[in-house]
Order: sequence, then structure tokens, then C-alpha cells
Amino acid sequence: MKEVKCECGHVNPHGTVLCESCGIPLIEEKTREKLLDMRYEGSARRSQTYNKTIIDKIWNFFSSVKVGVWLIVITLIASALGTIFPQEMYIPPVMPAVEYYEDQYGWLGKMYYELGFHNLYSSWWYLVLIASIGISLVICSLDRVVPLYRALKKQRVTRHESFLKRQRLFGITQVENKDIPFDGVIENLKKKRYSIREENGNILAEKGRFSRWGPYVNHVGLIIFLIGGMLRFVPGMYIDDVLWIREGETKVIPETNGQYYLENKEFTLEVYDKDHEVFDEALSNSGMVAKNYQSDVVLYKRADNSVAGEEAKLDQVKEFSIRVNEPLKFEGYALYQVEYKLDELSTMSFHLTNKETNEQFGKISVDLNEPETKYDLGNGYSVEVMSYFPDFEFNSEGQPATKSRIPNNPAFVFNMITPDKPDGEISFVAIQQTIEPFEDNEYKMAFAGIETKDVSGLTVRKDLTLWIFAVGGFLFMVGVAQGAYWNHRRIWIQRRDQEIWIAGHTNKNWHGIKREIKEILEGSGINEPDDLIKETEDK
Amino acid sequence: MANLSSNLLFAAFILYLVAIPFFGGAIKQKNGSKEQKSPNKWANIAIFLTIIGFIAQLGYFITRWMAAGHAPLSNLFEYTTFFGMCLVAAFILIYFLYKTPILGLFVLPVALLIIAYASMFPRELSPLIPALQSYWLQIHVSTVALGEAILAVSFGAALIYLVKSVDQSKRSKKTVWLEVVMFSIVSVIGFIVVTTTFSLMDYKATYNWIDKNQIESTLEYNMPALVGPHQGELVETGKFEPIIEVPAIVNAKKLNTVIWSLLAGVLLYLLIRLILRKRIGAALQPLTKNIKLDLVDEISYRSVLIGFPVFTLGGLVFAMIWAQIAWTRFWGWDPKEVWALITWLFYAAFLHLRLSKGWHGEKSAWLAVIGFAIIMFNLIAVNLVIAGLHSYAGS
Repeated sequence: MKEVKCECGHVNPHGTVLCESCGIPLIEEKTREKLLDMRYEGSARRSQTYNKTIIDKIWNFFSSVKVGVWLIVITLIASALGTIFPQEMYIPPVMPAVEYYEDQYGWLGKMYYELGFHNLYSSWWYLVLIASIGISLVICSLDRVVPLYRALKKQRVTRHESFLKRQRLFGITQVENKDIPFDGVIENLKKKRYSIREENGNILAEKGRFSRWGPYVNHVGLIIFLIGGMLRFVPGMYIDDVLWIREGETKVIPETNGQYYLENKEFTLEVYDKDHEVFDEALSNSGMVAKNYQSDVVLYKRADNSVAGEEAKLDQVKEFSIRVNEPLKFEGYALYQVEYKLDELSTMSFHLTNKETNEQFGKISVDLNEPETKYDLGNGYSVEVMSYFPDFEFNSEGQPATKSRIPNNPAFVFNMITPDKPDGEISFVAIQQTIEPFEDNEYKMAFAGIETKDVSGLTVRKDLTLWIFAVGGFLFMVGVAQGAYWNHRRIWIQRRDQEIWIAGHTNKNWHGIKREIKEILEGSGINEPDDLIKETEDK
Repeated sequence: MANLSSNLLFAAFILYLVAIPFFGGAIKQKNGSKEQKSPNKWANIAIFLTIIGFIAQLGYFITRWMAAGHAPLSNLFEYTTFFGMCLVAAFILIYFLYKTPILGLFVLPVALLIIAYASMFPRELSPLIPALQSYWLQIHVSTVALGEAILAVSFGAALIYLVKSVDQSKRSKKTVWLEVVMFSIVSVIGFIVVTTTFSLMDYKATYNWIDKNQIESTLEYNMPALVGPHQGELVETGKFEPIIEVPAIVNAKKLNTVIWSLLAGVLLYLLIRLILRKRIGAALQPLTKNIKLDLVDEISYRSVLIGFPVFTLGGLVFAMIWAQIAWTRFWGWDPKEVWALITWLFYAAFLHLRLSKGWHGEKSAWLAVIGFAIIMFNLIAVNLVIAGLHSYAGS
């Protein structure tokens, strides 16, 4: 495309609205406006210049702030919809989601489920919205930042009169001697930390230009943040697993390739003491309040000389107390205290007893998580565990079965071998219930007690994307502070015959620049510029 | 210590209350005279009282912290009170930047209402549950409150803008919406009046009812039940019988409170209209006579510019860091998280509209009002109705 040569001699890229160097309006309509549109310095933006090919059209669509704002607003409304009822991940696991929503919230809940709002934030259309915002961020920024950078770099000290006249802050002072020195003004400008450029006795004072880059810096931060979100879908970058571990147990930590083991020494649940001096009122109102959830653990690493297939040799790495807000961290992994189960049955003991004489012939203690197949009591007495149902129920066919591997309701089929019954007697034993299939046993397994253990529920987390989010978030904060807390201010002072012209521009906070100009011009004999917008408003 | 703390909060409340008429006086004085260079005597007294009140409230905060052994930012009362305090702090800051007494006349009553609203919730010192035992509690919560408070100043300024700029000579969409805003504020007063009245009367009525899981439970009302719980049966005799009954999934007690507040709000609003014989917006308009529209527009915009990064830092960045530590993940689409995101998206849209689409003045003022409504929704509805992981804040 052809370039535009300005009357000042500067060659501008095609599509430039205001000459990058002297600021004269290059487009006919702009010369008739009272105030110049100073956004992006009237630079040549691709989106405002080309609109022929399909790429131009896509570029122009996403480079529009209007489109960007619409995307933000639609995302905002969609996000709000997702909070009307809880998302699927937060509903209690009592029944399938398809039933839960209708059961709890009636036809509205059913509709919510049917529309897929129960998983709204991972729905394809929500992800498309977020992705569109990402594309909009990239294109909007590129469309503006490059020409803006050019325009601010090429700007000349002496601006064209039609540029100065159309600034919001503009004023003319008649003077006797047009060569009056600007020393005092320059001194004041320097005090206000303006950097000053002079050309033929004219001044351009400028400060805070870097605040103009704030929006682009924060957009880059956001893009990096979104890239972090995308990387989560790469296998291995993000691990979310659960480890249920009983007191006294040592287990391999999932997702560590068998390299790390954890031993749970003790789980503790503490509650606040009812007679607490300070909190007694609150505690009597709200009942029990938890004070601490803690798992005392030992972390082990598999020794290098361990042989595959054999039981691993473990080297202790460290002892740690995992509490809420205090995860155990190692090698990019973190273990969090998230759940617990108190008093899970761990062992159950029985006495082998003669039903008539009540004579006891020994006691067996069955580890409910790893029962042995045979317990030898000596003198010809022993007990075989023929079947074990950790979580006993009668299934739909009326047969004994187990619901899960967790010993919530243990039941056994024992074979009691005694000297007088060498083939054994069979007895089915469950909690509060004994069934003898042949109904003529001489011996029984008399319940002798239980032991319980607490179980810690830990989340195993590895997140290799965290640092990307951290970088993105940090850049965003830098950019947004840069743009919000600093202003880009420029003051032009020019000599023209018997007049001193002054014009001012800021990207925001006009109140501030007016106050500053007033202080700078004090005692200089130059009048304060007028605020052209305010004048129109007052009329 | 706990007593001293409550007394200091009460003192702060009274001081803010007394400061308001002085801000009113500061504006009246300016009538007729030319724009004054420095604030007048009334304004000086007003801001002095506000600062003393702020110091008293700071004293409340510090003594309560000492008494409880943790930052008093752990439940709805403590958070909301702190939010009110931040609002006053943000106002004092903006006052010294722009020297505008009228802002005090609009922002201080809002702060007062917020503190009074906070006091309607359980005020006793309560212990921290394990999830809250972290130094991130004070970092995250205080930054969010500060950010939201600065954003709330933009609402105050926007309200001044609208009161001044909306044409009150005839009824229009704008006058109606402005009255909706006024009515919402009056309803908060209604809520406070109703709650205080029934609590002074020590009203209690217990119901046996069937909850949504078909389990029989009891519910204690502190206000006469206009709306009764699902299959509710009054335990005591001689108490008010509910007029209607709601299905089990609706929280009847909260709905009842909302209805009472709205009724009181309507009554109060009608009473005010009867006395004023014009719209509240119209009655307030003369107060804004001497303020320049472009100045309040700028205050409103600047508050958003200052508050937005602070809110982002507290409500998203610090929130994410703490969530990663306490909840194993920095983001989990919990309702409170989502509403923080919504607030953030809204103000992001606000800034884009203002910077690029030239939405200045009245449009920008309406946006600031909507932004504040979102913040209030997040504070009230999300805590009390939607709950989720942040539900401890609802106690």
C-alpha cells in the first residue's frame, strides 16, 4: 500500500489519521472536528485500514473492543448461570446427577441438568468463550500497540497548529516579547519529573509514557495465564489423585511411579474446648467446632538397590504433620489433608468357645484388611477363614456378598477345627448374628472385641503449570498497576509571532494535569490553557 | 477487651452519624457564594469527626484482634464491618485528593448502613476452623474488602452524578431506575429496623417442619412468620401463624426476612415520599447544585482505576494462592470464586467501555451503580443464599 507523505515531510504508513511527526490531520473529515480523537494517537491500525480478505475480516472482528466487551459480558452472564444450582462436582454423591437435580430442585433442576449447566465451566461453549476472549486479547493488543509505539516514537517537538488547537487543553497568551525565556517553566517541569525536549525554542514535556504500555503488559499476562490453563490438558502436567491411608499403614503414593511411600502414624481430630474463655458463647451457639485435622506421616523413597518384584526397600525422607493449610511438599508433589474417617474397624477378635461348658480354647485376632486364612491355636485347635465379606450384605439373589473392600460390616465363614471334630464345624459369623448351616455345632466363635483405626484422606497433587499461572498473574498485576496508577501526560509550549501557545494532553485524570499545569505556569506570564470540553458543557 | 472493642465500634458508628449533617452543612454554606478555594469550617469539622470515627473503628478492629487472637475477618459480621471501615478510609483518601464534602454526604450513609447491616449478624467472637487458620486470612480478606470499598466510592460519586444529571421535571426511565436505587437503600434500613425491633422484643417462634430430604426438623424464627416452612407446625401457642407455606427447597426463614425487609422498605419509602412530596432523587438534587459533573465523573472513574487492581490482587491473586494452599487447587468454580470473577469481568468491561468506546458521564455512572450492585450481591446473596465453600461467612 502507498505511504502518506505529510506536508512536514514525514512519511506515514497507509491509514494514518494524524501525522506521526507533526500531528496534522491527514484525513479530510478530521480537519473539521473541534477536538482530535487522540486514542492511539491517530495511528494507522490494521483493522481500520484493510477490509478485503477473509483474514482482514477475522482480524477486524476480533480487534474490535466492542466485540471484546460483548465477549466479556456474555462470559459474565454464563458464569452467573452456573452458580444458580451447585455444579456437579459439589453435589453429594448420594445419587446420580440426573436424578439429583430433579429431586432437589424440581423441573428447574431437571432443565438445568438437561442444558448441561451442571458442568457449565467445562462445557465446550464456555471454553469457546474463554478462547475467543484469548484471541481477542491477542489481536486487539497487536492491532494497537505497534502503531501506537511508532507514533509515540516518531512524534516531533514542534506540532502543527491544527494539532495544538484541537487538544482538549489549549490556550494562547499574547506577549510583548516572543523570546521571553522559558527557564522558570522548564525548571518547574523538571521538578514535576517531566522529560523535556526542545526544538527551535519550542518545548515538548512528557512523562509517564510507560503507562501507555500497561494495558498491553496486562494482556500479555492474561494470555500467559490462559496458556497455563491450556497446558493442564497435557498429560503429566497436572495430577489430581486421592490417597486413603489407615493409621499404621504404609502405602505407595499414587502417580509417583512407585518411587514414594507414605506411612500414616496417626490421625488427629481436635475440637475446640466448650469451656473456652473467649469463644464460649459462639461454641454454645454452634456446637462442636473443629480445631485441627492432622495426619502425622513419614515419607519414604524407594531405595535405588530395590529389586523389582521384591518388597521395596525404603529410605526415610522426612516426618511431617500434614494439616489443613500445611501440605507436605516433595519433588513437585504436594499431599493435602482433605478428608478423614474416624474409627474404621481394623481388627476383630473371637474366642473359640465350647457352647455348653463355655470353655475357651484360644483367641484369634483377625486383621480386617488382611485376614489370614488359618489361625492355629495349638493342641489341635485351629480356625480357618473360609470366606470373608468386609462389607457384608445379602445380594439380590439372597447370597452373602460384599459391597466394598472397606470393613464397614465384616462377616466371616469360619471352619472351627478341634480334636474331637477334626473335619471342623462351619459357622457364619457377622455382627450381632451367627448362622450355623448344620445347626448342631458344639463350638462357637464368641465375639471378643474390636479395634478401630482412623483413616486419613489425602489429595495427591502435582501441578507443573503453576509457575506459568504465577508469571501470568504477576505480569497482569504489573500491567494493570502501570496503566492505572500512572498517567501519560504531555505539554506542548510553542512560540508563534507575538503569541505563546500551550496545549496539554493526558490519557486520563484531567483534573490532575490541570492542577499540575497551573503550578508549572505560576509566575511565567503564560496563561493557563482552557478546558475545551468543560467550556462546551458550561454552555 | 471484647467489651472495649464493641464500645469503640459503637462510638465510631455515632461519630459517622454526627459527621453526616456537618457534611450537609458544608454544602449549604457554599450556596450563593463563588467556588471556594478551601473547604469551609463545616467541612473541616465533618472530616475531623470522620477521621476520629475511623480511628475509633480501627481501635475496634485492633482490640477485637487482640481478644480473639486472630484477625477479625472470619465471619459475615467481621467482614462487613471491615468493609464499612475500608469504605470510610477510601472516602477520607478521596476527600483529600478532591476536597468534595458532598461525597461524604453520599458515601458516609452507605458506610453507616453497611456497618448497621453487619451488626444484624452474630457478633460473638468465634474460633477459626482449620481452613481459616492461615496468615492468608488477613492478607486475602483485607485486600478484597479494601478493593471493594474503593470500588464502592465510585458508586457514591456515580450516585451524585445521577442525582444531579437526571432530569427530574418529568417521569422517565432514568428517574424510575434512580428511585429503584434509592428504594434498595431504604430497604436496607427496613431490614435493620425490622431485625432490631423483633430482637428487642425477643421474638421467638419454633416450627417443626419437613425438610427437602423428608426429615423432620425444627426451625426457630426471630420474626413473625409471614412465610412458613414446608408442612410447618408451630410449637408454642399464641404466636403468629404463617400466611403461606413454601416448598421444602426454599429457605422459608430467609425468604420471610426478605419479605419483612421489603415490606418495611416499601412502608418507609412511601412515608418518605409522603413527607417529601417528590421523588427522593428530586429531593436530593438541590444538594448537588454546586458540584461539577466532570469532577464527580472523574472521582467515580478514578476510584474504579484505583480499586480494580486492588480488588484483582485480593479477590483473585491472593485468593488463588490461598486456595492452592488450603483447598489443593487455586480455582474450583466455587460460587464465591465465580462471583469474584464476575465482579472482575464487569469492571474490566467498564474500563474498556470507558477507555475505548468513550462511555463517560451518565453511562459510566450507571455502570458504577451496577458494579456496586454486583458487589452487594456477592456480599449478601452469595453468602446467605448460594453459600458453597465460603459458607462459614454466612453464619
